[in-house]
Amino acid sequence: MLLLAVDTATPAVTVALHDGTRVVAESGQVDARRHGELLLPAVDRVLAEAGVKLDAVTDLAVGVGPGPYTGLRVGLVTAATFGSVLSVPVHGLCTLDALAYAAGQAGLAGPFAVATDARRKEVYWARYEDPRTRTGEPAVDRPADIAEQLAGLPVVGAGAVLYPEAFPDARGPEHVAAGALAALAAERLAAGADMLPPQPLYLRRPDAQVPKNYKVVTPK
Amino acid sequence: MADEPLVLGIETSCDETGVGIVRGTTLLADAVASSVDTHARFGGVVPEIASRAHLEAMVPTIERALKEAGVTGRDLDGISVTAGPGLAGALLVGVSAAKAYAYALNKPLYGVNHLASHICVDQLEHGPLPEPTMALLVSGGHSSLLLAPDITNDVRPLGATIDDAAGEAFDKIARVLHLGFPGGPVIDRLAKEGDPKAIAFPRGLSGSRDPAYDFSFSGLKTSVARWIEAKRAAGEEVPVRDVAASFQEAVVDVLTRKAVRACKDEGVDHLMIGGGVAANSRLRALAQERCERAGIRLRVPRPGLCTDNGAMVAALGAEMVARNRPASDLELSADSSLPVTEPHVPGAHGHPHTHDHVHEISKDNLYS
Ligand SMILES: [Zn+2]
Repeated sequence: MLLLAVDTATPAVTVALHDGTRVVAESGQVDARRHGELLLPAVDRVLAEAGVKLDAVTDLAVGVGPGPYTGLRVGLVTAATFGSVLSVPVHGLCTLDALAYAAGQAGLAGPFAVATDARRKEVYWARYEDPRTRTGEPAVDRPADIAEQLAGLPVVGAGAVLYPEAFPDARGPEHVAAGALAALAAERLAAGADMLPPQPLYLRRPDAQVPKNYKVVTPK
Repeated sequence: MADEPLVLGIETSCDETGVGIVRGTTLLADAVASSVDTHARFGGVVPEIASRAHLEAMVPTIERALKEAGVTGRDLDGISVTAGPGLAGALLVGVSAAKAYAYALNKPLYGVNHLASHICVDQLEHGPLPEPTMALLVSGGHSSLLLAPDITNDVRPLGATIDDAAGEAFDKIARVLHLGFPGGPVIDRLAKEGDPKAIAFPRGLSGSRDPAYDFSFSGLKTSVARWIEAKRAAGEEVPVRDVAASFQEAVVDVLTRKAVRACKDEGVDHLMIGGGVAANSRLRALAQERCERAGIRLRVPRPGLCTDNGAMVAALGAEMVARNRPASDLELSADSSLPVTEPHVPGAHGHPHTHDHVHEISKDNLYS
């Protein structure tokens, strides 16, 4: 197995290659506004570091969020396009699950919660029994509204770090790493577990507003 | 000809997910998935809805286009994609897909300009573009008069709308008349049964001291809306067909007059009209009439190629390949305000690299 994992659901643009046993190469850059520019060069770097070409990849894994949509779509459409060209399966994983898994690798046992920045003063979050077991569906809420139910729990991720009043026991890692996503995917595939379809978890309806001058292309 | 470049083009600048495949100036496939119906109840294109629809439709539309053209990705000589202008989030889906596709197939990538693509699409209909080409681009997003000595690297803006795009004016008037969205087709249809001379609506920016090639439709829009409201206030029935015909006449009168004038001033004997509004039957008829009188040859692609589509992007991509223009690199950005003066976005190779984030792209995966 050679699994290529990408995640663009958090400010991190992250890519990793996993051979079924270990992560053989990984890249992570944090730049919330340049997912589109950074992802393909990162894929290229990771493959080069491992000394393989893209067509050697047998499986793709992609973080399906939840995450800010514009960046999230970069990873999803990239994985879907690779999957189509290579005719290999594209496995979706909840990005929060990868963060929980990474927290586990860093020594956190659980129970705990994971929270990422959903912007607009909200967080994407979920609870975990242990680093591999999520209890309930991911949700998007204001930190103050969930502070009480998460009281006493460590909360992992940038969404926790951003709101210390609501989440006093904030922990790292802040952003997802594709290495963790890849390791989790490899583990679940080996166990024959169901994977998610490679479709985005938006959790919010689109803002149904037509902006004024929605397509400004006046040459000046 | 089999040695002409085979190029796949991806367009996602607004609400159409378009994938076209051309060989040189021959159209092989034009697959489109539109989210226009989803936007209708909002009276305009909702960017986030468009972006979500692009993500869903992207790969299936690529696969459909390949099937339709009877070619495989491996056969392609290049992948082109609209890099801008357009809706940022929508563009990003297409650009990301194009990059992944080009990388996976080891093919050159060309980020191209949406407006230049609207012009270049006419090559699929009427053969190679004359040089220079005068182009009038009119749609819900743009109203521009462009002079293109070389569609791959020299496109000059002569004029543009200073407020609303022509298609936007159609949408707004349709809304005032309760005709739904988009407004262009329904106004065109109703206008056929109305009198274009019934109401004298203003011709924007048509005074002798006004800019010769710029357009303005905001005053017209206000004037039509006021006229309708006055009728309603007086308890009279609004003559919808006459309003549609008179409004439409005011728009196409200014568009064609300025375009023909630009041709004469610049000594150009061809006029190309593109963009969604080029599907308007009265615009086509009046342009034909005025061009004939002025000894100008009119080139308007069939309506399906005037609206946003992937074929136009493929057409310009094929021209980039044919003329050996430099490819884009893997860091290509979606640029919502890409200037029309940049028909494509060449990569940094061979140019001073001004970015602060130089990446080593491995030789093995670099396309030649
Ligand atoms: Zn357009």
